[in-house]
Amino acid sequence: MSRDSFDRELHEVKRNLFQVTGEVRKNLSASVRYLENRDMQGAAMIIESDEIINLRCIEIEEQCLNIIATQQPVATDLRLLFSILQISTEIERIGDYAKGIARISQKIGPGKLIKPLLSISRMEEIANEMLDDAIRAFTEDDEKAAREIPARDLQIDVLYNQVHRELLTFILEKPSNIEQTMMLDWVAHNIERVGDRVVNICERVIFTVTGVSVDLN
Amino acid sequence: MENETTRMSTEGYSLFYGRFKALNSIDIKIPSNRITAFIGPSGCGKSTFLRSFNRMNDLIPGVTTTGTVRLDGRDVAKEDVVKLRKKVGMVFQRPNPFPKSIFDNVAYGPRLHGLRNRSDLAVLVEKSLRQAAIWEEVKDDLQKSGMSLSGGQQQRLCIARAIAVEPEVILMDEPASALDPVATLKIEELMNELKMNYTIAIVTHNMQQAGRVSDYTAFMLTDQNRAGNLIEFGATKQIFTTPVDSRTEDYISGRFG
Repeated sequence: MSRDSFDRELHEVKRNLFQVTGEVRKNLSASVRYLENRDMQGAAMIIESDEIINLRCIEIEEQCLNIIATQQPVATDLRLLFSILQISTEIERIGDYAKGIARISQKIGPGKLIKPLLSISRMEEIANEMLDDAIRAFTEDDEKAAREIPARDLQIDVLYNQVHRELLTFILEKPSNIEQTMMLDWVAHNIERVGDRVVNICERVIFTVTGVSVDLN
Repeated sequence: MENETTRMSTEGYSLFYGRFKALNSIDIKIPSNRITAFIGPSGCGKSTFLRSFNRMNDLIPGVTTTGTVRLDGRDVAKEDVVKLRKKVGMVFQRPNPFPKSIFDNVAYGPRLHGLRNRSDLAVLVEKSLRQAAIWEEVKDDLQKSGMSLSGGQQQRLCIARAIAVEPEVILMDEPASALDPVATLKIEELMNELKMNYTIAIVTHNMQQAGRVSDYTAFMLTDQNRAGNLIEFGATKQIFTTPVDSRTEDYISGRFG
């Protein structure tokens, strides 16, 4: 006996999660690029599109609740749905971090930045790759990858500390830089948090595969 | 399961109908004061296995067994069968009250075991009906026929009848499958209360029911020779979230076969 309609519904909710993750990844990388390029229009687009991302995440939640209510999933199916619910929350929050960076971009305005965003861009690249790999690990039930990915969060943390120290020297050099410095520090903080959220996703992958809740942070 | 006291157990227990092997070498320990659910597809031998605990299969011609079934460590095959069934009561799928009054239905077992004093009987009948959560509904009509009650009430009357002889174990074979959802929930709530005093083993086709009411779940399946095997036994929350055997997973998630 197969459960075709149930499997179709599961497949669809997974597909929706991957789609929204793709949109969030796009926004995250664009948010830093628009900040670098002082692209105010781009920043506004990210803020606007985050509303759609939020709606997509609510849809995913509703789909999960419907499946739980009507299909009474157990075992792997139940763990999968529980993980999708939690991962969609993580994805929605990562979307919020991208939106936060776009807001900071707007606050800084179209003027010149006090420094090039080399380390911040690198942080974003690492976080974005981690997110891509974590979602792939989720699709492929790849527990091994899920255990390896969090190590890269340390690189983000190291870069964040570096950016933080560097920005402090900018304040010391020229106290009038303080406002933009604080904002750029907040951008770096947002990306640092993305790394933590991806680690949470990795924990969910391990839970889905093994049924064991782990703390990788 | 390590911290549980075993009430009933089987070791290498096999059952044959003539030459046909229906149960294949089952080892299990049923914990005391817990609800253990037996699940599995039709024909996997779970009802047959349940009936082994109070030797109900003895009544079927041609049945032979190997291995051991124990109650409190003692081999049930060596027990007096009437005494065994006093200790191990049974509730069936269809409510089967005797065509007698509600009072006499519950008093039947204790009378059979020698209790004659009318006031003692009255106390025991009330206690049993209260434990079976039906006292409030029938206390003014104890002389009414048990057959006149609704299906759900009849089943609770049968539970009262089973506990009136103060058993240690209650076996329930699909006790709610002939009842509507409200009566089913009443039986399930009742089971939860009864486990304080009794050990309960239940056979159910309803997996959600096994998930809701039981502490432990045993999954049974037939092998290539159509003999029933115990595939997996564990805490219900483990079986329903992280079953070890892929056949258990396939069955509980509805992908079996």
